Amino acid sequence: MGLEFGVEVFQNEYLPQGAGQVDAIVTVTAGGTGAPGREVEPAAAAEVVVIDTSGSMDYPPTKLAAAKRATAAAVDALRDGVRFAVVAGTDTARVVYPNGPGMEVAGPATRAAAKKAVNRLHADGGTAMGQWLLLADRLFAGQDAELRHAILLTDGENQHETPERLTEVLEHVAGGFTCDCRGVGTNWRVAELRRISEALLGSVDIVADPADLAEDFRSMAVAAMGKAVADVSLRLWTPEHAEVRFLKQAAPTLVDLTGWRVESAPRVGDYPTGAWAAGESRDYHLCVRVRPAGVGDRMLASRVSLVDPAGAVLGQGRVLAVWTDDVALSTRINAEVAQHTGQAELASAIREGLEARRAGDAERATARLGRAVRLAHETGNTDTARLLAGVVEVQDAPTGTVRLRRQVADADEMTLDTRSTVTRRIGRA
Amino acid sequence: MTMDSGLRDSCPECAAPVAPQDRFCEACGRNLRVQRTPVGGPVTARCACGGAEFDGEGFCARCGRARVAVRDRVEFVLPGVAGVSDRGRRRQRNEDSMAFGRVRGRGVAVVVCDGVASSERAEQASQTAVDTAVDVLLTGLQSGADAEAATADAVTAANGAVARLARPEAAEVAPSCTFVSAVVTDDSATVGWVGDSRAYLVAGTGAARLTTDDTWAAQLVAEGVLTEEEALTDRRAHVLSRWLGADAGAVEPQSVTFMVETPGLLVLCSDGLWNYVPEPEDLLAVLPRGVPPVEVARGLVDVALEAGGHDNITVVVIQLRGGNGS
Ligand SMILES: [Zn+2]
Ligand SMILES: [Zn+2]
Repeated sequence: MGLEFGVEVFQNEYLPQGAGQVDAIVTVTAGGTGAPGREVEPAAAAEVVVIDTSGSMDYPPTKLAAAKRATAAAVDALRDGVRFAVVAGTDTARVVYPNGPGMEVAGPATRAAAKKAVNRLHADGGTAMGQWLLLADRLFAGQDAELRHAILLTDGENQHETPERLTEVLEHVAGGFTCDCRGVGTNWRVAELRRISEALLGSVDIVADPADLAEDFRSMAVAAMGKAVADVSLRLWTPEHAEVRFLKQAAPTLVDLTGWRVESAPRVGDYPTGAWAAGESRDYHLCVRVRPAGVGDRMLASRVSLVDPAGAVLGQGRVLAVWTDDVALSTRINAEVAQHTGQAELASAIREGLEARRAGDAERATARLGRAVRLAHETGNTDTARLLAGVVEVQDAPTGTVRLRRQVADADEMTLDTRSTVTRRIGRA
Repeated sequence: MTMDSGLRDSCPECAAPVAPQDRFCEACGRNLRVQRTPVGGPVTARCACGGAEFDGEGFCARCGRARVAVRDRVEFVLPGVAGVSDRGRRRQRNEDSMAFGRVRGRGVAVVVCDGVASSERAEQASQTAVDTAVDVLLTGLQSGADAEAATADAVTAANGAVARLARPEAAEVAPSCTFVSAVVTDDSATVGWVGDSRAYLVAGTGAARLTTDDTWAAQLVAEGVLTEEEALTDRRAHVLSRWLGADAGAVEPQSVTFMVETPGLLVLCSDGLWNYVPEPEDLLAVLPRGVPPVEVARGLVDVALEAGGHDNITVVVIQLRGGNGS
């Protein structure tokens, strides 16, 4: 199985004399867009659905009922032959399906049996998500499937486990599988689920209305089934005396990968990107600090490669630095870099604004959320602008003049918080 | 690989031992029948950081800096052929390029191109042209192709490659260059040209010019409008009537083929040399004698430098064996 990856680099490679910071947007696109004769065979897959069955799922009871329907929808979306299991999570975790050890092969009979087992679930107990993830990890460890994906649903805070314990678990299971996280209702913590989803290279979102859960689960399972290649790493070569200041996934969502670097050779570091579907495209913002060379010198600031677990290179691009005394060249701002820099600032302005608001610091909240309104306007991020309007009253978007709303629905605030990392690409020809 | 050969040699790429009949180095895969000057032209062997390892795109494996071209003064030497290219004393850059190669048992191919100073990125034009053309000529030598046909193919390929360097919005300064080539085997030689770079044959006590300049002045001399003397000082003396580049259209070289019966030298040069020694007898008068080709080329470049070095100077000298070789 081989997908080829296209790597495109957007940057202004010209630097003024003495400058050493190189910014680039690296667009990675997995090949095989389904052109005739070029369809990509799906890889062997395993799926675990983890649903919260803590006592609170019964308040209101529609939550547990919706979680059951959603799990059924996800199970129905699995391809025949995919290995799967369903886990119920409380302050411990147990396998709901299958009855025996390991996982079961998806087919008409096993799907029906799984749904029957899920329907018998009832809500009782606490919440310790680390336990849930450890059980999922053990289930995956018994499989040799290339693609290993989990869906995790919760409605509450991780009360029966310390944050330190969760950190330990995340370090232990990272790389074992990818996990999309969903919070139903408004009593869960955005920061907590984001930590899990980022460590496991998945998405995080709020499903405020339980009625929307089934469709959401179905589409997550469909997306997981569409992945063609797993465990792809982004490999950065940088020259001697250079330092990767950061590597962030910049689109479709903002994820900081800087801390996940694994040294694979001198001056070479690998960053996990998870699984890719044919035709999927993501942007990465790379910032490298190099030792400045002389005017007229040209330097390879980074070679960006996509590599599979065996180390085979699936695609490659290069980030350059050229020193010039031509100010017209060095002051040009690359549109892609500006767009993603603006969106990263937008996300942090939203997070800081919401934090200040929760802490009762109205002045800072107004300033940061006002800045966010202005950036959303400038970067053309209309979805975020709409969500911001649920939290602040916008008086003038171009200047970011806002007033905090007195009454803000929890769901509105949490939706803004979770979706603050969803970014938009600028239109490219 | 046989182990009994007394004629053991070493691979020019990796120094692994190779036998004379080997076509490829078993250690690194290098084609041993073909030796040629570096693609992309002269580059430094070491990076400014001290590193000597470069990736396929010419970036230093240690500090990332691009390998730099050192064009001010270039010398290339292969068995039986050598070239010297010099920036001269007045020009900012050396926009001349040369490339040559040798196919064992078959012959030698040489290309010299002079970047047109009024066009942009002239050195890129000439470098691209020599790299492209010498590839075609060496392939032709390996396959035993007709030398005149290979020369025409080389010009077409080089013209296309140079044309692709042009920016559509700046057609009036499209990168362009002249062209002169030689394909030499044991018993014959073919010279092809476009523009005013020249080839001279020196044998025994005589010398002859093999090319006619593609300039407006030369054309007027041929039509009887100007005399040779008038043409030299005419303002159109260096205005090309044919060249390689996006604004040149389809180009066919002029060419001449002759049998090599006696030992001698074939000299290919840019106008940076022949401006000072235009007539064959002028060249003969200053030509160093009894020295290897590289000394001949150096001596001729020195003549041009001492006379003022107003332009870039490139000279390639090919040893002609004559008859069945020796
Ligand atoms: Zn070798
Ligand atoms: Zn170096």
